[in-house]
Amino acid sequence: MYWAASCGGCEISVLNIGDKLLDVDAAYDVAFWPVAADFKYDDVRGYPDGYIDVCLYNGAVRNSENEEMAHLLRQKSKVLVAFGSCAYEGCIPALANLTTKEAIFRSVYQDNPSIDNPDGVFPQPVSEVPEGVLHIPEFYETVKSLDQVVPVDYTIPGCPPEPEQIWAVLEAVTAALTAGAELPPAGSIVGAGTVAVCEECSLEKNEKTIERFYRPYEITPEPELCLLEQGILCMGPATRGGCGALCPQVGMGCRGCYGPLDDVEDQGAKMLSAIASVVDVGAPDEEEAELEEKIAAAMDTLADPAGTFYRFSMSKSLLQRARPDGGRPTGGRPTGGRPAE
Amino acid sequence: MSEQYEPVIVGFLCNWCSYRAADLAGTSRLHYAPNMRPIRVMCTARIEPQFVLKALRDGADGVLIAGCHPGECHYVEGNIKALRRHILLKQMLRQLGVEEERVQIVWASASEGNLLAQAVDRMTEELRDLGPLRWKQTVLSGNGHGKPASVAPTAVAEEV
Repeated sequence: MYWAASCGGCEISVLNIGDKLLDVDAAYDVAFWPVAADFKYDDVRGYPDGYIDVCLYNGAVRNSENEEMAHLLRQKSKVLVAFGSCAYEGCIPALANLTTKEAIFRSVYQDNPSIDNPDGVFPQPVSEVPEGVLHIPEFYETVKSLDQVVPVDYTIPGCPPEPEQIWAVLEAVTAALTAGAELPPAGSIVGAGTVAVCEECSLEKNEKTIERFYRPYEITPEPELCLLEQGILCMGPATRGGCGALCPQVGMGCRGCYGPLDDVEDQGAKMLSAIASVVDVGAPDEEEAELEEKIAAAMDTLADPAGTFYRFSMSKSLLQRARPDGGRPTGGRPTGGRPAE
Repeated sequence: MSEQYEPVIVGFLCNWCSYRAADLAGTSRLHYAPNMRPIRVMCTARIEPQFVLKALRDGADGVLIAGCHPGECHYVEGNIKALRRHILLKQMLRQLGVEEERVQIVWASASEGNLLAQAVDRMTEELRDLGPLRWKQTVLSGNGHGKPASVAPTAVAEEV
């Protein structure tokens, strides 16, 4: 199991399978697991190709080290699993795709109030020191998912994946390796449902007509009632189930961590579409300019649409990242309406 | 390189008003910019945000959505739904660095061929000012990881 650009929650989620760990231990030897056991990259380089039965790669590909390990582990593993949302679709690290490497470096190494860096020293991939030449990984402009770098056999979505789902997958793989059971077709998303989170959510759902959005601190949700109906953004309609709808059922809108449903290319666009459909502001008989203003005001109550809709899926979205130059700032003309005469 | 840059506009026109407006513009022999590639949809509400994003990613410099005036939708308020999506999508695209001139919505009824033609003319000029988008080449280039080779929006003039 390898920890790339991620928070480490996926590593912990594996421990959440509890005493099933003993079964895992009985079936497998750990070949490489930096967070839990002392292995070096050179150990992996020393293995013959395909030596590792199952590799759980968690984390996105953010720098040259992550990428190098992705290639190495692909070569050494029979089954490479993108484990968790970061490896699957970029997740929180990929929100950095909304900005640039330069801006990140500037805020981390220069502008943060706690930083004192008068000489403007920034990390360099290669630097000379009296003892010799130091090489550190290169920080990339764009965060990628694992499957954008190497071919991936299976994907387990989730931030982090739920323990029952992890165990179900490990059990299936173990059965295949030891008893010759059949593996799911390569490329599958495993350990998740095929219907939306809403299907698993027990909250009461009615016709949705909302006039504005509330951020979580602005409202105390009614228990038992669909959060989206109350104006709390919930990604349930556009998110793959399999988690048991844990978040919405305790009053926190779905964040969208299980990613898009089958046959959906862009989770954020689907969610945007769903959200826009439940906003019930503006009627056909209103004057065109007024109509637009009213709708824009309602949509303005939704803070940070790109970060919300692509919280987990930025790397796999259609546009994948923001333009590094930010586009040309424009004065803005009114949307729609009659073309100027 | 010497040719003038011609923006590519993907136009989604609703079957009941704006596609007919385009027909009318044609049968009236109106002269207007040939930069829009029209696609007929039954209603502007059929246009998923995915369509727009895909057009932008795959080489369009802009997307024009045209439908019936509010209150005149064949499906009562499909166009209002489209407008809601459009406004939210524009807010999101701003965060992604896509100028708002690149995705526009206009209303043109079946009798307003001239309005549609003017909208296409105006949008073509606006996009010409902005320069090519070329999302794959400029934003996703350099293996997607490195610094893109060129991010200057007006640097290249070529037929897409």
